[in-house]
Amino acid sequence: MQQHWKRLADGVELAVNQTEKFKTGLLTVTLTVPLREETASAFALVPEVLSRGSARYPDMEKLSAAADSLYGASLAPAVRQRGESQCVSFLCSAIDDRFALDGSAVLEPAAGLMGEILLNPCLEDGVFRRDYVEMEGANLADRIRGRMNDKRGWAMFRLLQEMCAGEAYAVDKLGSADRALAMTPEALWTAYRSLLSQARVTFIYGGGADPERVEDAVRRSFAPLLSGRSAPVDCLVKAEPDGPVRRVSDAMDVTQGKLALGFRTGGITMGSEDYPALLVCNALYGGSANSKLFVNVREKMSLCYYASSVLDKVKGLMAVSSGVEFSQFDRAQEAILDQLEAVKRGDFTRQELTAAGRNVSNSLRGRLDSQSQMEDNRLTFLLFHAAQGREELIRAVEAVTADQVVEAARRLKLDTVYRLTGKEG
Amino acid sequence: MDKLEYSALGQTVYHCVLPNGLRIYVDVRPEYSKQFAFFAARYGGMDLRFRGEDGEWLDTPAGVAHFLEHKTFDTEDGNALQSMAANGVDPNAFTSASMTGYFFDGVRCFEENLRTLLSFVSVPWFTAESVEKEQGIIAQEIRMCEDDPNDEAYYRLLEAMYTEHPIRTRVAGTVESISRITADTLYQCHRAFYRPGNMVLCAAGNIDPQRVADIAGEVLPAERSTAVDGVCCRQEPAQVGQRLTRRAMPVSMPLFALGFKGAPAEEGGALRQRLVAELTCDVLFSPSAPLYNRLYEQGLLNSSLGSFYSSVPGCAFIVAEGESRDPERVRDEVLREAARLGAEGVDQELWDRLKKSAYGSMVRHLNSMEDTCIEMAQTWFDGEDYLSFPQVFQSIERADGEALLREWFVESRTALSVISPEG
Repeated sequence: MQQHWKRLADGVELAVNQTEKFKTGLLTVTLTVPLREETASAFALVPEVLSRGSARYPDMEKLSAAADSLYGASLAPAVRQRGESQCVSFLCSAIDDRFALDGSAVLEPAAGLMGEILLNPCLEDGVFRRDYVEMEGANLADRIRGRMNDKRGWAMFRLLQEMCAGEAYAVDKLGSADRALAMTPEALWTAYRSLLSQARVTFIYGGGADPERVEDAVRRSFAPLLSGRSAPVDCLVKAEPDGPVRRVSDAMDVTQGKLALGFRTGGITMGSEDYPALLVCNALYGGSANSKLFVNVREKMSLCYYASSVLDKVKGLMAVSSGVEFSQFDRAQEAILDQLEAVKRGDFTRQELTAAGRNVSNSLRGRLDSQSQMEDNRLTFLLFHAAQGREELIRAVEAVTADQVVEAARRLKLDTVYRLTGKEG
Repeated sequence: MDKLEYSALGQTVYHCVLPNGLRIYVDVRPEYSKQFAFFAARYGGMDLRFRGEDGEWLDTPAGVAHFLEHKTFDTEDGNALQSMAANGVDPNAFTSASMTGYFFDGVRCFEENLRTLLSFVSVPWFTAESVEKEQGIIAQEIRMCEDDPNDEAYYRLLEAMYTEHPIRTRVAGTVESISRITADTLYQCHRAFYRPGNMVLCAAGNIDPQRVADIAGEVLPAERSTAVDGVCCRQEPAQVGQRLTRRAMPVSMPLFALGFKGAPAEEGGALRQRLVAELTCDVLFSPSAPLYNRLYEQGLLNSSLGSFYSSVPGCAFIVAEGESRDPERVRDEVLREAARLGAEGVDQELWDRLKKSAYGSMVRHLNSMEDTCIEMAQTWFDGEDYLSFPQVFQSIERADGEALLREWFVESRTALSVISPEG
């Protein structure tokens, strides 16, 4: 695999992973803007409305017929959050040319189709079509409200919302249902124009084509995006909680409770020197099947059906997610916190440490086998200028000592506890 | 081992059957960092009744296959999860209606991990105490699924569609049914289903195929065994048992699962029926489908709509699931369009495009070693070769889809399960 990177203009870049390991090529374009309450709904709605139809393929049926003809090229809009940035993307995965049954090129027409969708929308009176805006606004509002259908995800979402209240991080990357419903074609058109002219632009390709061919396809299909721009990409990292631990709970008609705990990492993020130690610390504490939460709280004490921890490496957060019986909330919480105290005391074996380190390095290496994970990682690395390469990070992870893990654990401070409980009676 | 070249797909797979009856596939991928192994038994949530060693039919409580999957990780000296996790590997497992599969992926110590996998799956270790503890854990899991509106819609659909076939049984069982499971039940089922002749091993990555076969030969029992005698169920009628079922839950918008009861594939025709059924789903429910677009524009469907074909021994069906303000209207519109297409025919150009698209999607799935191994195992349990799909595609015509639309998409074979918002 060969990695290439090129700046096409100020704030516009192209990254290429050339490899024939996969059957497909994945080309993505990402427009990154600050995540703000006032604009999040509009920016989240833009790709949905664009996906309804372009000038040349004015409805979904024609659009998807075009994609079907390219061997089922999958063209999907995506809205991602990276720290306090909102990343609006189109992802296009299409089979590599060598598997086309008729021997024709797939990359160029696929890039052309993406460009068509993003830059040549279907208009009515000089703005987006009203019916598309209204319907997609309603669908987006349904998606936002539908978050509560997945209780596990909902508990994590609510935890982070409460924990980071007042920080841009807590803004829902999809915006609010009310704003989505109230969107007018004119307001959305203005948002679209500002997204195109101001956002930072990142093109990422992984697949069999060489970088020159990709650059050529990008230049031809996305010409209007290749002008210079200077969109800030940043993230507020709070080292410590603001005050005493916050406790929040919601009641819903559920049979199983959810307990979620949020921690600040003492300012450790993906760029920090201590980041490898934090990765290992998380794997040891709750991020793997060999972790203390899994082995002790779930398996030995049977207090939780699931209990695991995850990091947000950009924002500097760790969150524990668990499912518990209502009657066990207090005991489970105590046990989850006890396990962290154990890590802070250095109460873990050499085997636990080795296993945790291997778990992290395996997962870092393993991402190389997934085109979409590679793309997702590359985006984060490009946006936050991570200097450390993957191999360097893997070596650092494997060299992490017990003392460094203890040090990283001690910097973790509990910020917020969230409980999703049942309704009375 | 036999070397199978699939040149159109750029895949090379090695294959053999060990003297003990175990079938092995190894998909060699020199460029991948990870190695993957998948060890599966033809045994799932629907296999409640089987013939034991003495030839007698045995009945077991719902949820045993899944329970067994959880307990299989236990070994005499602890738990295989932790011993593999020491190599930085998280082994995992799943139980479907007709299959139980154990797998791991990792970037190092492949041979050691493979030995551990084969050993913990094939050597049972259950105690009364550990079974009792697991009952608590699985009861939690069952409750969690009962809170999931999508799972609930799906299982209620199967209960409505099928009156006899055990596909209607929930894979995890119920809190009551699992309370009847004992260590003996687990030993009995393990003996019956976890024998090499009833299992398949698929591995992928930058690995030596012969080593995989050698290790399996060393670790697994040597005596020859065969697949388990067919699961018994009374004759399942062609029509559904109940056409509509509803339940209220805390959801923001009604969810539905709409099912079409099909006929099981003929011997040797499982992969072909699957491809035809999936293309038929695309004709109705994909973003290129005129019906889907019409219902989307009318606000009756949103982009959450998904559809799939599923088959297990003795039954085959299609499900479309999604959200709608008026699921009954969706059902009526689908039946009307299916009847029209069955009579007037599917647009040839649409059919050809969908075929091209479906082929591309299957090629795309080969990126994943996990998906490829699971598909190879599943298709082998039907006695067929998954990677032959390009040839099967060539043999499929529009008329195949039209016949399926006429036969399966009729009122008497259709059931609708709705989860509506409370209050």
